[in-house]
Amino acid sequence: MTKLLILLVLVLGILAIAQLARVYELTSRMRGKREEDISPADNRLNANLMWVFLITYFGFFLWLLIRYSDKMLPIAASEQGESTDWLLNFNWVILFIPFVITNVLLFTFAAKYVHNKNRRAFWQPHNNKLELIWTVIPAAVLAVIIIYGLRTWNTITSPASPDAIQVELYAKQFDWTARYPGADGVLGASDFRLINGTNPLGIVTPESVAGRLLELQEEIAGIDDMLANDVLPDSKRDELTDQVERLRRHRSRVINLRTVMELDIKENGNASIYMAGADDIVTKDFYLPVKQEARLLIRSRDVIHSAYIPHMRVQMNAVPGMTTSMKMVPTITTDSMRTIPEVVNKVNDINAIRQGQGKEAYVFDYLLLCNKICGASHYNMQMTLTVTSAAEYEAWYKEAQKKPFQATDAEAVPEPAAAPSVDDNAVPADAQAAVRPN
Amino acid sequence: MGATTTAEAGHHGHDAHHHHEESFISKWIFSQDHKMIGKQFLVTAIFMAWVAVIMSIIFRLQLAWPGEGFAFTNFFLGEKWAPGGILDPNMYLALVTIHGTIMVFFVLTGGLSGTFANLLIPLQVGARDMASGFINMLSYWFFFLSSMVMLSSLFVEGGPASAGWTIYPPLSALPQTIPGSGAGMTLWLVSMTLFIASSLMGGLNYVVTILNLRTKGMKMTRMPLTMWAIFITAVLGVLSFPVLLSAALLLLMDRVMGTSFYLSEIHVAGEALDNVGGSPILFQHLFWFLGHPEVYIVLLPALGITSEIISTNARKPIFGYRAMIGSILAIGFLSFIVWGHHMFITGMNPFLGSVFVFTTLLIAIPSAVKVFNYITTLWRGNIVFTPGMLFSIGLVATFIAGGLTGIILADSALDINVHDTYFVVAHFHIVMGMSAIFGMFAGIYHWFPKMYGKMMNTKLGYAHFWITFVCAFGVFFPMHFIGLAGAPRRYYSYSEFPMFDTVVDLNVLVTVFAIIGAMAQILFTYNFFYSIWRGPKAVQNPWRSNTLEWTTPVEHLHGNWPGPIPTVYRWPYDYSKPGKEDDFVPQTVPLEAGEEEH
Repeated sequence: MTKLLILLVLVLGILAIAQLARVYELTSRMRGKREEDISPADNRLNANLMWVFLITYFGFFLWLLIRYSDKMLPIAASEQGESTDWLLNFNWVILFIPFVITNVLLFTFAAKYVHNKNRRAFWQPHNNKLELIWTVIPAAVLAVIIIYGLRTWNTITSPASPDAIQVELYAKQFDWTARYPGADGVLGASDFRLINGTNPLGIVTPESVAGRLLELQEEIAGIDDMLANDVLPDSKRDELTDQVERLRRHRSRVINLRTVMELDIKENGNASIYMAGADDIVTKDFYLPVKQEARLLIRSRDVIHSAYIPHMRVQMNAVPGMTTSMKMVPTITTDSMRTIPEVVNKVNDINAIRQGQGKEAYVFDYLLLCNKICGASHYNMQMTLTVTSAAEYEAWYKEAQKKPFQATDAEAVPEPAAAPSVDDNAVPADAQAAVRPN
Repeated sequence: MGATTTAEAGHHGHDAHHHHEESFISKWIFSQDHKMIGKQFLVTAIFMAWVAVIMSIIFRLQLAWPGEGFAFTNFFLGEKWAPGGILDPNMYLALVTIHGTIMVFFVLTGGLSGTFANLLIPLQVGARDMASGFINMLSYWFFFLSSMVMLSSLFVEGGPASAGWTIYPPLSALPQTIPGSGAGMTLWLVSMTLFIASSLMGGLNYVVTILNLRTKGMKMTRMPLTMWAIFITAVLGVLSFPVLLSAALLLLMDRVMGTSFYLSEIHVAGEALDNVGGSPILFQHLFWFLGHPEVYIVLLPALGITSEIISTNARKPIFGYRAMIGSILAIGFLSFIVWGHHMFITGMNPFLGSVFVFTTLLIAIPSAVKVFNYITTLWRGNIVFTPGMLFSIGLVATFIAGGLTGIILADSALDINVHDTYFVVAHFHIVMGMSAIFGMFAGIYHWFPKMYGKMMNTKLGYAHFWITFVCAFGVFFPMHFIGLAGAPRRYYSYSEFPMFDTVVDLNVLVTVFAIIGAMAQILFTYNFFYSIWRGPKAVQNPWRSNTLEWTTPVEHLHGNWPGPIPTVYRWPYDYSKPGKEDDFVPQTVPLEAGEEEH
């Protein structure tokens, strides 16, 4: 309500200004002054305001720099981040110079060469030498910017070393899941058609294929039953017919996948990519060891997301239908980051604010957040990244290998009506027999 | 274009019609007079701009005070989208989407080009009207229809399009992923299709008129820079908008016909979709192939307007006329080969990224030349501070700030960390929300006497400029800092991330400036409409300008000049020429014996 009142006051204020302007207009009309004739007083006023603005502008900039420089992202915690931060500062230094020079000249000239009816403007249509100079200088400066920029870009985007730790980051509305290779060190193949409550990433293994086929078969049978027995309105019947047709198409594609898989397994045995997935670790924890290169493979289930880790200065989109990747070498563990004075101060500032609002205290953590509009909860799609020492990482990894993936409630995929639960003990041969007629 | 459609033939053709009465409908509604069409574009754009401004205030309130209820929000959105005045997260996304769409397309493309290309082309090149008055009229009415469809999308079930103004699929293709991708998105695509049709009809007309209907003596190298800017803008539009149309049509097919241009391997709402083999990245390539030239479609007319106004009011020839034309051409050409800088982190080949870094940073050279030339034009000038001049100087200042941060964003290695953060929001609002809008305001103040035969109130213009100038910096400058703190754009609220708590007060500052800045636009709107009816009557050439439009009578007539079309003898920037008594020499004054052109 108070805000509405403020609004009202502002509106009235503006109306008052409009009325004042009107009064001014009428008086100047009485004095025979034409609207397009800008009086010397008006010219001077605007010229002076140009000075005032220039000072205010730089003052505001300076105030923002002083007040907020320690509230920006803290020191970069990855090798990639260190190089881009250096590059950013290098660019700021270069860009600050033309920023100051051009603004000072612009506002100074505007203010200084204000209209004077006794003076005539300087006739100067062009000056080729001057123009050449200010084409060549920006070109030279940009060449430097481009060379340094591309050097950093090439280093950042060069292929990761083969020893890098591989982690898959899997995005969906509205959370992240991580997958680590098991003892074999290889991430197994995946296929979106195998996604279900227990296999949220659609990892392809002989078991998951068989289980999914069985599941599809039961869904199809369930709908067929409904279509055969129930008295259904036409619209519902059409809908179910469409649904069952789609399920049949999916089933036939999963069967194709199975064929490919079986051939590959026959050829490569346990080295097959389809055998690699069984021991993969699917987890909601995202751990990385410090000072080791990590290769992050990024996938999406539904729409485009973007994996952004601000403290590491790395980012890559998650695009459905393809796997993107980025590499990084974390340089500071979460624990040591929490003790860096800059971070400690920042956290204290934040907690002072949060205390005032009665919110729980904040502890520093690296975050992976989504940075591509992806839907209603885009603003809360995050995962904590924990960077630890190599030993702690090993311990965590061993522990994680033992834990089966727990689908949370949000994780559970809503199945169509009459979807049977998946029975892990079901005999795959039965399922195969049932779908063979296709 | 047959040989008969020369300026002379146009002149005879229209003379016969001068005196016959036009009906209300053919004069005010389905007018084929370019001046009226320009005004129609402008008034529609002002209305659309207000819709977009109100949207921005609603989501700025949410960003400054997340989770608080506002009567203002509730008043506009009702209980469905703002229960208790608290903005719904889906509606938040819808608002930022439609705000962006309206501002970029309806205000800064339709509004800016539509208004000034229509108003100025025939007047400044010396033509009776556009090459095709009828197609020109259709162009406006398609624009109008498109605006209505876009506005109607605000009222459908599920809300308007919500996938961001760039409508990246799959989010924009699948209603399962966001409610706004239902009927709202379909209407968005329909509206955009109409808009593109409008823009193509307009653009072809602008190009043809400038190329074929220039009056005697109006060589290309004697055209005002507004004409050059609008000409290149129209060429960019004609070449790039069809690509957006194809992108939109493919998206429409993906949505309704089950094709898979942009969709592949998607599992959503508990089921796997049939679509395989498409690529969401394809859409981005198509979109940005328009999207980047679009930035210059928005900016170039503003720069052209500024060139004209700065030269006129500094009473000094624009410095480096040929360099200015050269930089417009260079910017226009380069704008077609830089689109990949929007996609550095989509997983595209890093080498391709390097190429786009190179081409993008090249644009900084002609842009820098333009800034230096503006500043040099002011040097030792004799500056008259009309409101139009103030906005033009404002444009240069914002173009400097936005141009420099553009260099950061064009540098792919740096883009990684600021991509899709508030840093980007700051950058493109400073170049589009400030530079281009300032160019538009400058143009309105400067050519208002030509449009309506009345003067706008100068004092209100000053107040409008200074409040807007300060507030716009107050809004967009701090956003750089919010972005450098790592805050992503299009977040409904930052309360889930304590790491951003220390910049929340900046969000409050931004919102306060935004509200005051929006209020200042009331001054402008009041001044604009009041002056149309009650403003003091304008004289023929109020700014003592050289260009042809000021040789037409104050009262509009279909055909522009009562007598024959004037002949042009000189370039338009003979201000304070030595040896001349006045400090301006209109283009229609013949060169004296032995006088150098420039």
